[in-house]
Amino acid sequence: MTQYYLQQLINGLMLGSLYALVAIGFSMIYGIVRLINFAHGDVVMIGAFATLALVGAGTPWLLVAPVVLLTGVLAGITIERAVFRPIRGAPQVTGFIATLALSVMIENGGVMLLSPQPRNFLFPDVMRTRVPIGPATVSLTDLVIIATTLILVGVLVLVVRRTRPGMAMRATAENLAVARLMGIDVNRTIMAAFALGSALAAIAGLLWGGRFGQIDPLMGFAPGLKAFVACVIGGVGSIPGAMIGGYLLGLGEVLFVGLLPPEYSGYRDAFVFATLILVLLVLPNGLLGRSEEERA
Amino acid sequence: MRTPVRHDWLAGGAVILLGAVAVGLVQALLSDYLVTLACIALIYVMLTVSLQVTNGLTGLFSLGHPAFMTIGAYVAAILTYPAQRKSFMMPDLPPWLATQQWDLLPAMLIGAVAATLSAVIVGFCVLRLKGHYLAVATLGLIIIVRVVINNQDGYTRGGLGLSGVARLTDLWWVYAWTVLAVYVAWRIKHASLGRAMLAIRENEMAARCMGIDVFRTRLLAFVLGAFFAGIAGGLMVHLVSVITPGSYGIPLAFNLVVMVVIGGTGSITGGIVAAVAISLLGEALKPFEETLELYGLSQVLIALGLILMLRLRPQGMFGSGEPRFLLSAVRQAPQAVT
Repeated sequence: MTQYYLQQLINGLMLGSLYALVAIGFSMIYGIVRLINFAHGDVVMIGAFATLALVGAGTPWLLVAPVVLLTGVLAGITIERAVFRPIRGAPQVTGFIATLALSVMIENGGVMLLSPQPRNFLFPDVMRTRVPIGPATVSLTDLVIIATTLILVGVLVLVVRRTRPGMAMRATAENLAVARLMGIDVNRTIMAAFALGSALAAIAGLLWGGRFGQIDPLMGFAPGLKAFVACVIGGVGSIPGAMIGGYLLGLGEVLFVGLLPPEYSGYRDAFVFATLILVLLVLPNGLLGRSEEERA
Repeated sequence: MRTPVRHDWLAGGAVILLGAVAVGLVQALLSDYLVTLACIALIYVMLTVSLQVTNGLTGLFSLGHPAFMTIGAYVAAILTYPAQRKSFMMPDLPPWLATQQWDLLPAMLIGAVAATLSAVIVGFCVLRLKGHYLAVATLGLIIIVRVVINNQDGYTRGGLGLSGVARLTDLWWVYAWTVLAVYVAWRIKHASLGRAMLAIRENEMAARCMGIDVFRTRLLAFVLGAFFAGIAGGLMVHLVSVITPGSYGIPLAFNLVVMVVIGGTGSITGGIVAAVAISLLGEALKPFEETLELYGLSQVLIALGLILMLRLRPQGMFGSGEPRFLLSAVRQAPQAVT
């Protein structure tokens, strides 16, 4: 029985890691431009397809990951330049609609150019090795996902806390006008936030594809929305909050399916969004968010 | 000071009559396929206009219309479904319901009431939220409704969807309901209630100070939108005779928002024009998508059009206004001297 619970726990941590990777970028972008980037989930899809293309071309795996990271950076910068910068300063609703449109464009563009058929996606065989942990055995993939997430988040936190661009990012998130007065190149800083956040999402796409085995142009939708839920749980705009929210959501989802009788497992997504509504009502600033603006 | 708008009955009546003539012509001259297309375009008009009340006038950013459509459509379809097939298709229905086979109108009304009631319940929970938080919460509502219908397969046949719903609607039915929706929206917009909604959209605090009950007005706008969405769902399912839990989903929510924004947030005329234009455009592009094998092309173009519109003319085609000739009463009314 402990074995079963341990297994579920690791599944939850794995899923939570993926949500956290996407949610952190989401939260960074929100923190700096105060806009929900609906197309963030689609960067996950772009990352997954970039991986597929690279592996198909015979690139060694060690090289694939950095290139996918770079693809994410490029995608983020493009999204910022093409959509976010022109509408900066417009009413919030305008921005929201624009990112929704961007997401629809990327998804349907993907359907158009890549065909809606799901593609198979395989990690190398080593990744399927079972590793014993206590009474349970876990696939190497799950451990790699959890470890990658922790390392990347660690690096990100160091960048944001300890470097000059990171400091500029925090200042811009705090107050864009004042940051500009202090001589910070706000445009470049915002772009950097998009680049970093989207790089994490692209890597999440690589890991997502490898874990679940199939990718398709619409695959980014669910992680994008769930990352939003994770952000709300943790407090929108806070990086540690997004991480905690991601893990809580991942664990919650897996435990919901794993612990309740099987007839409830179909209600998984309803559970996620009911949680969202509940959190927004009871704890509108999330666990770690600050109440600097009205949400409710 | 301007006197409040009086409704120009002549202009309104003429528009309704013109519409009826057009409907008669379409019905008489065009093929079945094109008539169905006209019905769908009109249903879109109804959805857009009712969304103009919720999103356009009141400034709520709700994406929940498809959820209410789904509820209205399923309830109406279950009520009109042939009784002899019910026990086989929907084994969990209670016996008193399984033997019923209703006419279209009562079934649709019950469907719309179900949608309305769920909007009241949901509204109490989510209408305290603002901006994109409300948007994502209502998006979540679409998913929750879909998941529930998927899992209650004893009532709804789950993911298989409900097929073989009788085709009980025709163009006249759809036209009549659309006229009603437009009329209600028009009257609300030009009455004190509409002013209150606009005030909430522009400045909630100021509206509150003027004595407007913000929550009640928002709830009313939300619920009214849901009622017409429920009706539209009932009409749609009895037009195309099939429904699955995902029939009315997030792409539809997006398209409706596009119609509202391109028409002009809060403009009823704009909503009508945009709904007709975009739904027909989407249909006209279908053959191209199929011959070129570029599925998704129309959605890409619509999204691109929306982004361009937001950059070049964010207020939409008509802003929040209506064309002059429909408001001629304003010009003729004597100006009050203050």
